[in-house]
Amino acid sequence: MKIAIGGMVEPGSTRVNKTGGWRIYRPLYHKDMCIKCGICSLLCPDSSVKAQEDGYVIFDYDYCKGCGICAYECPKDAIEMVLEEK
Amino acid sequence: MTDNPMEKMSVVEGSYATAHAVKVCRPNVISAYPITPQTHIVEDLSQFIADGEIDNCEFITIESEFSALSALVGASAAGARTYSSTSSQGLELMHEVVFNVSGMRLPTVMTVVNRAVSAPISIWNDHQDSISERDTGWIQLYAENSQEISDLTPLAYKVAEDKDVMLPAMVCMDGFILSHVFEPVVLLEQDLTDEYLPPYRPEHILDTKNPKTFGSFADPSVYTEFRYMQQKGMDIALKKIEKAVDEFTRIFGRDHGGLIDTYRADDAEILLMAMGSVVGTIKDVIDEARIDGIKVGLLKIRSFRPFPVEAVRKTLADAAVIVVLDKNISLGLNEGSLCTEVKSCLYNTDINTPVMGFMLGHGGRDISKGTIHMIIDKSQKVARSGIKVENEFVDVRGDLI
Amino acid sequence: MSRLAPGHRGCPGCCDAMAANFVLEAAGDDVIVVSPTGCLEVMTTPYPESAWEVPWIHSLFENTASVAAGIESALKALGRKGNTKIIGLAGDGATMDIGTLGLSGAFERGHDITYVCIDNEAYMNTGVQRSGGTPYGASTTTSPTGKKSFGNRTQKKNMPAIMAAHGAPYVTTTSISYPKDMMRKVKKAVDIEGPCYIHAHAPCSTGWRFESARTVEIGKLAVETALWPLYEMEYSEITGVKKIKNKKPVEEYLKAQGRFKHLFTREGGEKEIAKIQEIADWNVKHYGLE
Repeated sequence: MKIAIGGMVEPGSTRVNKTGGWRIYRPLYHKDMCIKCGICSLLCPDSSVKAQEDGYVIFDYDYCKGCGICAYECPKDAIEMVLEEK
Repeated sequence: MTDNPMEKMSVVEGSYATAHAVKVCRPNVISAYPITPQTHIVEDLSQFIADGEIDNCEFITIESEFSALSALVGASAAGARTYSSTSSQGLELMHEVVFNVSGMRLPTVMTVVNRAVSAPISIWNDHQDSISERDTGWIQLYAENSQEISDLTPLAYKVAEDKDVMLPAMVCMDGFILSHVFEPVVLLEQDLTDEYLPPYRPEHILDTKNPKTFGSFADPSVYTEFRYMQQKGMDIALKKIEKAVDEFTRIFGRDHGGLIDTYRADDAEILLMAMGSVVGTIKDVIDEARIDGIKVGLLKIRSFRPFPVEAVRKTLADAAVIVVLDKNISLGLNEGSLCTEVKSCLYNTDINTPVMGFMLGHGGRDISKGTIHMIIDKSQKVARSGIKVENEFVDVRGDLI
Repeated sequence: MSRLAPGHRGCPGCCDAMAANFVLEAAGDDVIVVSPTGCLEVMTTPYPESAWEVPWIHSLFENTASVAAGIESALKALGRKGNTKIIGLAGDGATMDIGTLGLSGAFERGHDITYVCIDNEAYMNTGVQRSGGTPYGASTTTSPTGKKSFGNRTQKKNMPAIMAAHGAPYVTTTSISYPKDMMRKVKKAVDIEGPCYIHAHAPCSTGWRFESARTVEIGKLAVETALWPLYEMEYSEITGVKKIKNKKPVEEYLKAQGRFKHLFTREGGEKEIAKIQEIADWNVKHYGLE
């Protein structure tokens, strides 16, 4: 790392910081119950619920902090928070 | 064009000379708040804008000095050449931003029209305002007269915007004494200024096509390096100022000195040191004292930051006594700032010359030739019999205290 | 669209991250964002990292609007303004308290900027001290409940009214619990020329003391109890209001949060709750929420 004059930083570079390790509860996806509404993906503060082309989502456990908003707001209870096994 | 400089001169107010110099530097964003005695500069610039005389320029008539400099943070980061001007309380209100601009390495230029600070409130001149910003990482240049203010303006941009410097610069001029006085000045020619000062082309700007992050926070593992790099910028600025002076002289044919200037200093036993307009008075007094056979000379500081340690040491090496005149005081140390710097750069050298400090001209108190003569008298005694009083206030009215 | 990159240090369920994402999704990629010192700044830009995918700048705590005004002026002067949106994204302290001077100046001068206040009702970055946005009765670290105190003694400063008084073309309230409402309003604001102000209510699980999963629910309760009315103003006139169908008593909002717990456990708390209900009732009447 070399500090540029003024300390400009490259965009999106927090990705090196894998926040998944913060997680206590882990979102478990019940795909069969998902109606592809996308609310989980929209709300996720860590951009860790990613909508796929087919409308279903995948969870990025590298960054998901386990806040549980996705599970709490899912209208079909298709996401369940389970204790993280370390 | 004529070769006779007198024929190119106009008799203008110091503020107008400044505003005109700013205009020919082609700023893109000017952001300023009116404060006495800076007002004529922003009024003249406003008139230039109203008359369509500055292309590609926005003047933000902002609601405070704090915001004035803040707006220039955004403007400069977006790639604009930026300008502000302030004084005294305005500069104090800016203080937090003053540090910030330098830390972000944004090369804005600001004219500081030097004025005393409150309390008690005073609109008149001394250097306490800009001296209080000494450690903020700004280049500080002090002008002796209107021509020098004018000429220092493009020079400040040239040095500040140098890709190896990238530090903001204050051009300091004495309130009223210079800002409101009419003097003959060669107003900077647009074509010569364009030749001297290239357009501002920073390496990194706020750009939606190349989205960088500016102003991130630094934890203890990197903060030191940011400060170190600012000091490196200052070190480089020392050399760049000398270079910019040479180029200025080549293009414009005028020379006010480099980081420092001297007057009858070569054989001087008594060497007076000062910054700003008082230098003119000192030169007159030196001429008078020389007639009486007193070997007295002057070392004028043009660049207070970066401080030209080597040049000062070299000039002071052969003096019998060094006399520093300061229009400011570090309360609690009982010493002016220039005096502190001078002592500091002589320590750990072979130079063991007494340094006398005089604090004068506070809040616009007139500095007469008589006062300078008195100081020279005192310094002659010190040269003969050694120093007893290191620092003293000058012209204190005993009847009031 | 350029949401915040993952890896930022926001708390789990961070309201600032949600607000930033909704703004970024609505405003598109041709934006420059200015943020003050605060949670959002600290969590997204620890050197040498940044969660921002758009150009972003932080200068100080109290100068977001002034920096944004400077950027707008620079782009105009340099002929680069085009369709680029300049957005200030700041917390309640930076907006309603320390940054009001510059914000007022920028709106009075009419710069083409959109300013979004993410209002989580206290200084969260420094440890939940009260701000001008802290509501009546909330316990914070500088308005704690105690033997002679039921928490914060003042109502929220009516910042949208102050901003509307500048004659801004668009001033609106929203909430991160209504992402579609918020994104619609952001889109509307950035497309309007001139200074627009969006005041987004943002429940902070850390500062308000509730489970992070309930962030969205808490924000909805604020709206459903009429403690956070949603309305739009154009040139100082109210032009749109979100009506409340089944208004809930304020207790439902208050009891869900640790910062109001004392109102339910301490003698005399019911009187304080009644005062808070009066605030909600005033909102219903003033904004025509029913």
